[in-house]
Amino acid sequence: MMPVSAFNFLKRTGKKSEPRHPTDQADRGILVFENTSEVIQAERALKQKGWDVHVMGPPPEVRRGCDLVIEFPLIEELQIVNVLRKEGVPPLQVVPVTSPLLQPVDIFQIKDFGQYLMVRAANMKLTVDKTARTIVNISGGGCPDVPYLAASMIGRTIETAPSPRDIGHTLCGYALQLAYEEVQRQCSA
Amino acid sequence: MLCVAGTVPSNDFPLLEGDVRWVDEKLQIAKTLLDVNRGTPALLAAAAVTADALGWSLFAYLVGDTGTGKGSRRLYAHLTDVLPRTRFETMTFHYLQPIVHWHKRLQAVLGNSSPKPTLIADAGSMYAAKMSGAASLYDLFTPDAGELAFLADEEAPHPFYTRGFILHEENRVPDLISRAYTHGNAARYLLVKGETDYLANAQGIIGTVSEPAAEAMEAIGGTGDTLTGIVSVLIDGGMPLEKATLAAMRVNRVAGHYACPTPATQIIEIIRHIPQALRDVLDGENRRIVTPETAIIDIISAHRQTEKVFKRLEAETGTCICCQGLFLSVRDAAQRFGFNMESVLADINGIISEDEKGRASSRIR
Repeated sequence: MMPVSAFNFLKRTGKKSEPRHPTDQADRGILVFENTSEVIQAERALKQKGWDVHVMGPPPEVRRGCDLVIEFPLIEELQIVNVLRKEGVPPLQVVPVTSPLLQPVDIFQIKDFGQYLMVRAANMKLTVDKTARTIVNISGGGCPDVPYLAASMIGRTIETAPSPRDIGHTLCGYALQLAYEEVQRQCSA
Repeated sequence: MLCVAGTVPSNDFPLLEGDVRWVDEKLQIAKTLLDVNRGTPALLAAAAVTADALGWSLFAYLVGDTGTGKGSRRLYAHLTDVLPRTRFETMTFHYLQPIVHWHKRLQAVLGNSSPKPTLIADAGSMYAAKMSGAASLYDLFTPDAGELAFLADEEAPHPFYTRGFILHEENRVPDLISRAYTHGNAARYLLVKGETDYLANAQGIIGTVSEPAAEAMEAIGGTGDTLTGIVSVLIDGGMPLEKATLAAMRVNRVAGHYACPTPATQIIEIIRHIPQALRDVLDGENRRIVTPETAIIDIISAHRQTEKVFKRLEAETGTCICCQGLFLSVRDAAQRFGFNMESVLADINGIISEDEKGRASSRIR
């Protein structure tokens, strides 16, 4: 028998609702999956953990995956994708609802201070002592996990610091993860 | 009074509100002592130190949140409930999870407040304002280069999704500022923090500050927070926004300069030097700013044109303030004669500023 949750989106499309202002969805993202079974499994896992997610039809710009997607709070992408990985249903693709063609940042700015190296990814900057390989500062970013990530990572080496992917929650955490990986790459070169 | 709303990086930290004090390098709110690190505690520490030095006060609403957004939701709900019953002259919103529907509820409350406070947004609150299409509600945004690119990108829902062709333009700050205004994604003023700090509005760049320069400041977490804290207090104290912003840029840089920073310097080392930096910068401005501790006789002696404020108070309170309180500070006079100290300070500083503008333009002519 098909779980009830799978029909939620049908119920919603069946009734008229107030028109939504474009900005109402500015903080929502879309998770794209290989097949409907994964969508159902992912929806159940996320709802059980208390997230506000909805199953819906994909926008025309999304050309991969099945004919259902999950709408979710975009800012929490890092934590949500982590959960889905652990559940064995990682999404094929994650895109913002309002602009599905946007891609995550892939540009790094690198500043060499001599003893220290700073890498910036989007709004996040991570600085390491090149000799001691210690994380000495984290700056930028406006999501509430940034101060928490900084407190957890500063003073640790790039080998022993917890990964933002593991302890972060938000897109700022995701940007910091990219800066962290780039620092590791730069310091191993 | 200035009010700051933001988060503390702990899941156990309760929703807390109260006057903020600076005690032995810790923040004290109600009876809770709070260590200072980056984020809202850094902003509050800089604001508390600045307010202490100038004899002003500030209030905060704080909640614990490590990125799950649970604390932020509680704080949004609390603010939408209590703010209609409060009267803050200035409000600074900081590290809150950017959640559009919650920001829209808050924006409805702020938009209906009369008189409308001066509204400042930084960090997640600035993201939420842009995502909600409500940037123009705010008087000041304080982005860094990455965040400015996000404001300039009309498509991006978060800095993480800023398009590459815009990110590549980080050295073209004026173009990005212009683009942010074109798409309605900037506050009335922008303070762009970076190697050079920019103050701009929809008409263009108003001023820049790039000295003293310390390249390491960019790497230090919290230097943007301290700048937002300082400017919030100066604006709340009655300094005109443009002047307050340019002064705050200098204060933050001078404090950094005194800390002899390296990329490994921690923000508390810079906060310690804010009082000295304030003295340097505000003395450099010929102490044009009047604080609650300034004696009425000193105000009238230095700025004769402010006498009309005291004449007006005489009519309002039925007491000749200049006869019976000439040697009192503004604070003591307000307590004794029962007038609103903050609005009087704003009036006095506004008159002084207008007078200086007039003198400056006549000098140019």
